[in-house]
Amino acid sequence: MNLIIGIGVVLILAIVFMIFRITNLVGLVKSDKEAVSSGNGIHAFLMMAFMVLSLSGFFWYSYVHFDSYTLPVASEHGMITDHLFWVTMVICVVAFAVISIAMFWFTYKYQYREGQKAAYLVDNHMLEIIWTLIPAVVMALLIFRGLRVWNEITGPATKEAINIELVGQQFYWTVRYPGASDENLGKFDFRLIDPINEFGLDLTDKNSFDDFKADALYLPVDQEVLLKIRAKDVLHSVFLPHFRVKMDAVPGMLTTFKFKPTKTTEQMRTETGNPKFNYEMACTEICGKGHFSMKFSVVVVSQAEYQKWRASQDSWLKLNPGYMKMVPENLREYALIRSGMEPDNGSAEQGVLKSVSNR
Amino acid sequence: MATADIKVHTETHHDDHGHDHEHHGNFWTNYVFSEDHKVIAKQFLITGMAWALIGGTLSVIFRLQLGFPEASLEWLRPVLGGWITVDGKIDSEFYLALVTMHGTIMVFFVLTAGLSGTFSNFLIPLQVGARDMASGFMNMLSYWFFFASSCFMFTSLFISTGPAGGGWTVYPPLSALPQAIQGSGLGMTLWLISMALFIVSTLLGGINYITTIINMRTSGMSFTRMPLTIWAFFFTAVIGLLSFPVLFGAALLLIFDRSFGTSFFLSDIYIAGEALPHVGGSPILFQHLFWFLGHPEVYIVLLPALGITSEIIATNSRKPIFGYKAMVGSMLFIAILSFVVWAHHMFVTGMNPFLGSIFTLLTLIIAVPSAVKIFNYVTTLWKGNIRFTAAMMFSIGLVSFFLTGGITGLFLGNSAVDIQLHDTYFVVAHFHLVMGSASFFGMVAGVYHWFPKMFGRMMDERLGGIHFWLTFVGVYMVFFPMHYIGIAGFPRRYYSWTNFETFNSFADLNMLVSVAAIITLFAQFIFLFNFFYSIFRGRKASANPWGATTLEWTTPRLPQHGNWPGEIPTVYRWAYDYSKPGAKEDFIPQTIPYSETPESNLPHENELIKLEMGNGGAIVVDDKKH
Repeated sequence: MNLIIGIGVVLILAIVFMIFRITNLVGLVKSDKEAVSSGNGIHAFLMMAFMVLSLSGFFWYSYVHFDSYTLPVASEHGMITDHLFWVTMVICVVAFAVISIAMFWFTYKYQYREGQKAAYLVDNHMLEIIWTLIPAVVMALLIFRGLRVWNEITGPATKEAINIELVGQQFYWTVRYPGASDENLGKFDFRLIDPINEFGLDLTDKNSFDDFKADALYLPVDQEVLLKIRAKDVLHSVFLPHFRVKMDAVPGMLTTFKFKPTKTTEQMRTETGNPKFNYEMACTEICGKGHFSMKFSVVVVSQAEYQKWRASQDSWLKLNPGYMKMVPENLREYALIRSGMEPDNGSAEQGVLKSVSNR
Repeated sequence: MATADIKVHTETHHDDHGHDHEHHGNFWTNYVFSEDHKVIAKQFLITGMAWALIGGTLSVIFRLQLGFPEASLEWLRPVLGGWITVDGKIDSEFYLALVTMHGTIMVFFVLTAGLSGTFSNFLIPLQVGARDMASGFMNMLSYWFFFASSCFMFTSLFISTGPAGGGWTVYPPLSALPQAIQGSGLGMTLWLISMALFIVSTLLGGINYITTIINMRTSGMSFTRMPLTIWAFFFTAVIGLLSFPVLFGAALLLIFDRSFGTSFFLSDIYIAGEALPHVGGSPILFQHLFWFLGHPEVYIVLLPALGITSEIIATNSRKPIFGYKAMVGSMLFIAILSFVVWAHHMFVTGMNPFLGSIFTLLTLIIAVPSAVKIFNYVTTLWKGNIRFTAAMMFSIGLVSFFLTGGITGLFLGNSAVDIQLHDTYFVVAHFHLVMGSASFFGMVAGVYHWFPKMFGRMMDERLGGIHFWLTFVGVYMVFFPMHYIGIAGFPRRYYSWTNFETFNSFADLNMLVSVAAIITLFAQFIFLFNFFYSIFRGRKASANPWGATTLEWTTPRLPQHGNWPGEIPTVYRWAYDYSKPGAKEDFIPQTIPYSETPESNLPHENELIKLEMGNGGAIVVDDKKH
């Protein structure tokens, strides 16, 4: 079978080559005196045809499939950047279309004609000044608008913001919340990381006692969130497409991104008409074999539901009581209270301490 | 350096005083270790074409995965062996290696060495009126360093752990830790060695280009009379000379981090069950160093293509290039700005947001000279008398790509908008059009245009036309749909998107892109056939087949070593006297004095006739040295 295909391909190539040779020889017999090849007019026509077809294809697809290539937006700053995106789009499409039409029209209109002489046009300062100034002014407006938005997005978070830590590693994300009652995440150190203490929690810091790990990124709607992002091994990048959030996760450097979700998952399900809709988080910095699979679930709930959920989570220390031994002696009692392990019951406390000493 | 240059130059000059004298050497000195700039240019061209074929094939392999994720690629096993998994798919780690190698090969080996190396070498001496480069020996070294570099990179494709796989930007820690990805082992070592050699090659070449342009212009070839190609090559070489050493530094530090335990770029890493001893380094530092080269590199790739296009569009429109001074000025402006925009690649890397503001401002400024260039090209076409040679069509294609791809820079350069688009397919579409395809078209246009001077024969124009239309439409079909995919948020360097509900669409567009990529690659074989066939069997070319004005067309059909038999011609006018009113023909070569063209001279040009008379001592470049 393969042999037949192979022979077929060779034969076709041979025939094409023969046609090429013959037309070539015919071409040689004809005079070579023409200034341009006979295809000149054809190419001029094709240039116009290409322009008309491709521009109409562009406008048609962009209009008809608008919903399939635009992602719904669900964050406060996302609406502003989207607006800026579309303003830029209008400017660009107008400029693109005008220049493209002019260029391809010129190639068609001024194709070679016997006896036609080109204009000797060296320069025109007025024209050049005008078309330098127009893009400069448009650029200035875009920059002005863009920078104001950028400064707002990257400015400091408000005091009310919820701190959430995202940690990237090959090839999954982990998320840490600062506990049920405060917004302080405990310190960490990469040297303390082990298979269980995956955050590298520093248990000499009081703030780490009530921190908890979550299986998804839970966010309250209409509440500012400050993501504190880090990576354990190589670069990763937090990408929350619906919230227009993207920030690299860098080993050895903390990065942040603040934003305010504006629609709960349920609202989005209604809005998109897709009952299975879920927010997702992806990685957008090449990080190795599993780069394409670093999916993490994101759930946006009402503020009440969020508080309920948050209160129901067990602290990391409570789930891993063996690590009590890392807590300094003088803080152990406090740790038991903060981590949610019953401190008033003497036996419980002793049990914990015993298990520590047994390890 | 200067004395050495002059010495070499003197020798070649003397050789050629015996007019019909030819250089006799054996095969090795003539074709392999040649110091002749034309031979070296052809060496760069052929090597670049070989690399382009490899780079293009790699891209088609990963496009197969993206366009037909369900298809079995078992039939590639004879070539890829173990990189095809048991269920007939490309290994996801090898996928990244393919992407990395495609990027590295195309940016450095094809569009830097293949484009600049070919046309700077070929055209600089021919268009400024010099016998050869300032230092033929350094020029030869430049090629052979490139060849050595190529060997290392090529070897890395075949090792068991695979070539480098951390992206062409080789960001550490991924590129520094073999635990993180296999390709960061031996593959990355070979990558770094190869790049170090490549940088040496680029610097040797660049110094030569600059020296030749400044010192060896023929009598009358003032800077303001230089063709735009030469200006473009000049700026390119200067940019390369200033930026490549920074990449060399970055590569060296990365080698230290990888092999000698330093911590320039590494810090706080826990991988494969252990905490590494590195502290205090910064991966962001590497990104700054990389992009300090990386962004100028974009213009190293693009400016020569723009120069070539300027020349071809003017010649085939039979019109002077519109706004010569503005063209030079905008290139100069772009060259300067190219050094202060690098961090727009890093808006969301955790860099200080204030820096983001500065780089947004500087980046969008660069759009102004770029827009001026496009307007000037379009105006050059206006009221021309356009001949659609293959070279001309590829040049028009370049302008179209430069526009389509360049304009999306307004989105990406604006930091607030870039947050969403960064590292999505929108970026892939942007740079493949504006720098990849545009520069590639510049290179192909240059080959079609100067082929008669390189090989003394014409390429087949009909095949050239077919090649153009397949490639032009093909490239648009490949990269235009990527804008939509990018706006929808699809991240780049993804092996598959089906894990995500958000990205679980556009199978149709991805298939279209892949099919277009395959057709485009196959269209290049038409070019290859045309190229090699025409070297031996093409129609014989006349000395000046396009009716062009520049100096290279005053050489004989096959210029020998030394380029001009007899004296180097003197230049009397600029390079763009096409369709001058009153002139007998629609072009006046640069070597025709104004005294011979009273019918077409402008008033101020008539005054120059007096200067021409006393030319013996008026503008001396060459004669004085001997």
